Amino acid sequence: MSLTDLTIAEARARLRAGEITARALTEAHLAAIGALNARLNAFITVTEEQALAQADAADAALARGEHGALTGIPLAIKDLFCTTGVRTTAGSAILSPFVPPYESTVTANLLREGAVFLGKTNLDEFAMGSSNMTSAYGPVENPWKRRQDDSAVLVPGGSSGGSAAAVAARLAMGATGTDTGGSIRQPASFCGIVGMKPTYGRCSRWGVVAFASSLDHPGPFARTVEDAAILLGAMAGHDPKDSTSADVPVPDFAAACGRSVKGLRIGIPREYRADGMPGEIEALWQQGVAWLRDAGAEVVEVSLPHTKYGLPTYYIVAPAEASSNLARYDGVRFGHRAEGGEDLRALYQRTRAEGFGAEVRRRVMIGTYVLSAGYYDAYYLRAQKVRALILRDFTEAFAKVDALLAPTAPSAAFAQGENADDPVKMYLNDVFTVPANLAGVPGISVPAGLDANGLPLGLQVIGKPFDEETVFAVGAALERAAGVEALPALRAT
Amino acid sequence: MSLDLATVRRIAVLARIGLEEDEAERLRQDLNTILGWIEQLNEVDVEGVAPLTGAAQMALKMREDVVADGGYPELVLANAPERIGDYFAVPKVVE
Repeated sequence: MSLTDLTIAEARARLRAGEITARALTEAHLAAIGALNARLNAFITVTEEQALAQADAADAALARGEHGALTGIPLAIKDLFCTTGVRTTAGSAILSPFVPPYESTVTANLLREGAVFLGKTNLDEFAMGSSNMTSAYGPVENPWKRRQDDSAVLVPGGSSGGSAAAVAARLAMGATGTDTGGSIRQPASFCGIVGMKPTYGRCSRWGVVAFASSLDHPGPFARTVEDAAILLGAMAGHDPKDSTSADVPVPDFAAACGRSVKGLRIGIPREYRADGMPGEIEALWQQGVAWLRDAGAEVVEVSLPHTKYGLPTYYIVAPAEASSNLARYDGVRFGHRAEGGEDLRALYQRTRAEGFGAEVRRRVMIGTYVLSAGYYDAYYLRAQKVRALILRDFTEAFAKVDALLAPTAPSAAFAQGENADDPVKMYLNDVFTVPANLAGVPGISVPAGLDANGLPLGLQVIGKPFDEETVFAVGAALERAAGVEALPALRAT
Repeated sequence: MSLDLATVRRIAVLARIGLEEDEAERLRQDLNTILGWIEQLNEVDVEGVAPLTGAAQMALKMREDVVADGGYPELVLANAPERIGDYFAVPKVVE
């Protein structure tokens, strides 16, 4: 077996036993990046020298008999996490010259546990998108191919498309992502890997380029549920630098993956049965129900009556927060500055027109409008009230069940250029993922099967606030039952 | 409600985003598509519902109002497009 095929759990056992070195493991992944990244475009920046230095430090620590949770494990970091001395673009031209002088809390936590960073991964600009097509650094190619048509270039999903593609193609053992409306779970589903959005407050947002602060959730990608649990354990924890960071203990998530689901009550939200959902996704969902029943769980139907209002609520709240967060990009303190601004207002307007892509401009405009005098109550305040009803739906459902089971996305990966004619059509990709962001509850996407084209499809488990352990237990049960063994066409060998 | 071009230009000024002539019309169409779709929220009865501002299921923590970090002018200015001494420099604002 190639080093790039190992899981994190396997690799760390072998590193600790002295059977492999962090140097060899890192070199194998750097070679895979060298072979495939020109095509996949999963990484915007590859930090080869730094990765090798971190690997050597990991080997030295292991030789002394010391290790953290991730000593010597090569990871990819979404280019939305600030990394000291390494350019951080957020997928935007406006941050093309930005080199942070500080480290995000999540990446600092991973470094503390001994991780090796291979580089920074591509994403939709400011994490706004579901296809990775809005990146100023070019689109990412999904490593999976349609069985009948291997010429079609598919999207990896978004916004964390580079992270998902890198992990699926075995360019990294795991990766960080952020999920504001589905940006971890949807690309995980499209790329056939595991993506976990924890509870709001579980992972610090400090040092993560802000999109919509009340909806942004950092979380991990990996190829197994257990690996995702190991990564989340290292990323999570209270951080006084993020006022919304939760001061609660971080449980042993990896141990929870081995828990039985016997006796758990699993809810099937009837409103997630969307019109026009492909039959094979409905069938996979029913298969998931059967798997959990076979594993001893009790499956019951529940109602989340405001589900259909999740997306329109999100498309008021997220742009409103984005228009406020992105006000800082003014060409004065950091980032791109336009030439020839004759006065300060012209400097701002030109800098932002040049620096922001079309989707970001659209969302900043929507956000500015819904917060503007005369429209605030009709749009923003109403959306916040509907958001309260969406949270209430979840709270009432979780009084009856321990977790919910649903599809992750309404389709498999689509081709580059599809869904691009109408912004609302692209937004509909997040119909099953957005409600968990509005409510702040944890959700995981687990690869559960393939469609008729041989493309991966994910199932989603949504849990109670701060009960990621049950989410991991149910996710691991689905993973065991599904036993998906198919691999993407493009991968390190 | 439907946005006209003048409103689109006014929002662009508020958002400090320079607009080309042809771009304003395209944005007007996109924004109207999005806002038209958002209108469905008007069906929801929100009478007596308190607005939810965030996803954190907890009260925000208080902390001492003291300086805990800082004093790095070089790091703060390291990414400045233009600086004069320890200051960010911008085009002349006051004649």
